[in-house]
Order: sequence, then structure tokens, then C-alpha cells
Amino acid sequence: MENNFETGVKSNDAAATVYADDYLNKLSGEKIERECRRRLDAGCKTLTVNFADTHIVNSSGVSILLGVIDAAADAGAKIVFSDVKNETVELFEMLGLTNHVEVVPESWQEVTESYK
Amino acid sequence: MENQQKLIHTFGALAEIGSEIAQKQNFQQMMRTSLHLLLGSLAIMRGGIARFSRFGHELNMIVVRGLGDEFPLSMNLCDEDERQFLTNGSFPIEVAQAKVLPFFQIYDQSFDKKKIELLVPLVVRDEIVGVILLGEKANGAGYSAYDKEIVGAMARHIGVGIAQRNLLAELERRAAENRQLYDNLRMTYQDTVKAFAAAIDCKDKYTEGHSVRVGKYSEIIARELGWGENETEGAAVAGYLHDVGKLTVERNIINSPMRINAKESAELNKHPAVGYEILMPIHHPFADVPLAAKYHHERLDGRGYPDGLIDREIPYIAKIVNLADSFDAMTTDRPYKRRRPANEVVEDLQRNAGRQFSPELVTAFFKGMLKELTGETKEKRFRRLLGRDYMEAEGIVPMLKNALNGLDGTSSLTLISLD
Repeated sequence: MENNFETGVKSNDAAATVYADDYLNKLSGEKIERECRRRLDAGCKTLTVNFADTHIVNSSGVSILLGVIDAAADAGAKIVFSDVKNETVELFEMLGLTNHVEVVPESWQEVTESYK
Repeated sequence: MENQQKLIHTFGALAEIGSEIAQKQNFQQMMRTSLHLLLGSLAIMRGGIARFSRFGHELNMIVVRGLGDEFPLSMNLCDEDERQFLTNGSFPIEVAQAKVLPFFQIYDQSFDKKKIELLVPLVVRDEIVGVILLGEKANGAGYSAYDKEIVGAMARHIGVGIAQRNLLAELERRAAENRQLYDNLRMTYQDTVKAFAAAIDCKDKYTEGHSVRVGKYSEIIARELGWGENETEGAAVAGYLHDVGKLTVERNIINSPMRINAKESAELNKHPAVGYEILMPIHHPFADVPLAAKYHHERLDGRGYPDGLIDREIPYIAKIVNLADSFDAMTTDRPYKRRRPANEVVEDLQRNAGRQFSPELVTAFFKGMLKELTGETKEKRFRRLLGRDYMEAEGIVPMLKNALNGLDGTSSLTLISLD
């Protein structure tokens, strides 16, 4: 198990959790997208984006998350948004992101364990 | 509650896109951010922005998101497509409506494969600047009238961003063209000046090349004074053209092998004023050129001509040309006088600093000579004009150094020795 807190990532071979910043905009979103694509390219089959620290997601952030969802679908990987704040859950539901991604409140370990 | 959240989200995107377009940042980056904001505002799964090239009549994709590698990066438009887009303006067109467009029929499969649902022509000031292609929404619903309003508003911002970029590119192109034209004009002007100088010098077989040399000496002085490129070029031009008035003086007076009489002298002395009359109507890039012609025979002590001006009354450029002109007269053979040795010339200039010549200019001139003789500069400006042997005469270097010590601190504006 690799713990790489500097880049906001926890991962093993099949599962990875990427941690989003407090404000998910274009800048921080692109950082997450790069990391997610890197993990998917490495063969990750369960990708979790952790929103525990995230308070705001703007339109650029939504667009980038859609890109991550698309990339995961292309790679045949499961994608989960975890620890999402209620307001953000409402936003994702309203925009229809929840049609493509599972939004769960559990911590990273519980989520990844459940998909093993 | 949901509506309120939707409003906040979409208007936030609209505000951000406005601010993004207003910032003069990297165009590609601006388009990338704009596409993110547009897609994210309504959670649109994929899309792209294409810029219209009116030269190639084609749409070139600038940024894409989720369209994959197989989606065409360039799409040709025909007149009918362009006409329809212009008539439509920047309002979203649903794919079902767009199917009648000739362009759509060519790229139908690509659009279908990527589930493109909406086309938004970008029309600014009755010109097509691009098109936005949008795929399906993440919630699976079609685009509502409200969605189309939002898309239309954001598309208009993006259109303005592209139009601004086009305008800037056009301005840059025109500026480059203007620079080229200006350079050509300047070269033509320089060639004309040199042709004039050659014409002036042709008239006087004994002083062949005089105007050109005076131009070059004036340039040296200006450089030593620390003048900029433009001003230095102006000094050179003033030197080249200082004797243009001689074109109207009888050839036999100019070419007289002996000292001319008073009448002939009076005729010859008209050349500064005539030169001024010739040069004045010309729009020179350097305003002082006619003044240099008119006053290059004035002296600091007021004993020059045509107006007997003293020091401050004499235009600075005329003082430069006067020194260059006198130096050339002393260092070239004349019909009635051989060129004088370098040491005598240095002595003469030093002695007449404050009387005929501005000490400040004599100092600059001597410094230029000394730099060349001591190897401080690799340029061979004086050697080329005067010949190596003449310039390297024994004792010149210490003489110049002494002269410079003597001239140091002397102001051209205060030292006037009236005999």
C-alpha cells in the first residue's frame, strides 16, 4: 500500500483514492484529473475521489469531474465520490452526475474494502 | 430550492466566463477555461469550441472535451452553412434542426457517435467567428429553453473572446505590414539623401565625397555625445545635405582653382540660405536638417554667416555639422591648399574651441579619435575616412590627451572668446 499524502493520493494496485482540495475549480480540478488519469492508466479499477475537505465545486470543477467519469468509463473502472458534503451532493444530483457516479459517505477504507 | 441552487451555479459560471474573456490572458487557456465553465454549468458530458477561418471557410477545433481522437479537428463550411449561421445568430440550434445544413450532412456520423445535441454559431458584428458543439447532459434530459438561454449567453461571451483575438491578430498583421512599409520608406529616404549628397559632391571635383564625409563625421560626434539611433541618423542626414544649396551655385565658382573674388564669394555664401529653402518644404523624419544647412557656417563668436548668430542662437545640429565640415576642409586637399597634418588640425580645433566650435563637441570628437587610436574601440571610422598613415601620425595620441585635459570642464555655452 502506497501512502502519498503530498499528492493527495492513497493507492494500492487495484484501488486509489484521490483527495480533492477545499475549492474544486479549474486549477485544483486539473490536478485531480491528471492524478486520476494516471491511476487509471496504471490499471486502477476502483477510483475514489474524496471530497472530505471540499466545500465548493464550481462549473469548471464539475466539467473536470465529468471528464474523470468519462475516463473511468473508458477504462472500465468503477468511480466513487466519497465524503461529499450535503450541499455538493445536492449539486451533483441536480446536475445529474449521480447518474454516472456513486456518491457515498463512507471513508476511503470502507469504500475500497467493499469493492475488493 | 433546487432552482435557486441551479441559478447560483449557472450564474456563477456566467460571471466567471465574463471575467475570463475580459482578462487578456493566453487565448488557448481562455478558451479551455470557457469550455469548462460552459460544460460544467449544465453538466454537459462533452463538447468543443471551433474557430471559423474565413479564408479557408472552415471550422478549426480550438478546444475539445470528451470528443475523442476520431472527431474531425477541421470541418469545411459551404456558403449555405455560413448564410444559415449568420441568419441564426448566436442562438443554439438543436441537431434535429441542423440536419438540413450541408455541413451537417458531411459530419453527421461524427456528431451522432459523440451524441452532439446542440450547435451554437458564434456570430459577432455580423461575422461568423466560430461554432460551439455540445453533447448530451449528464442528467440525460434534453436542453430546456432555460438551458438554451444560458448556453446562448455564455456562447456570446466566447464569441467576443474569439473576435477580440481575431482583431488582435489582424492588428498585429497590419502593424507588421506598417513596420515593413516604414522600413522601406526609411531606406528610400536614406538612399535619396545619399543620392543628393553624391549629386552635390559631383558638382565640386576638388571636394569629391565631402558631403558623405561630413555626414559620417557628424554621425561620429552624435554617437560620442551618446545620442540615440534616430538622433544619430538625423545628424548624419544633416551632414549629408548641409551643402545642398551649392547645387544652385555656378560650377566655375565652386571649381575655381584659386581663391574666389568678393562677388563670387558673396554668391557662394548664399548656399546655406538656399539649402534651407530647398530642404524646408521636405517632411524630414528629423526636423533639424534644414537648420543645419542654413547655419553650418555660423560661429560661436558671431563671426560666421549668413546671420552672424552667436553661441546659444546657433542650432545645436548646425554646430555639429560646422565642426564636421571644418574638419573635412582641413583634412582634404583643396585646389588652393593641401590637406593639413593631423597635429595642426588638432591644434586648430583646440584653439578654436569656444570661438568657432563648441568645446563640448570638440571634446566628443577628440574622444572618438582617441578611442580609435588607443584601440578602445575596434571601429575604424577615422582611419577609413582619412587613411591609416594620416591618423597614426606620431604624437597624435598624447596631443589629443592634452587637448582633452585642456578642454575638460569647458562649457560651450559659456566660453566665448570675442576678439
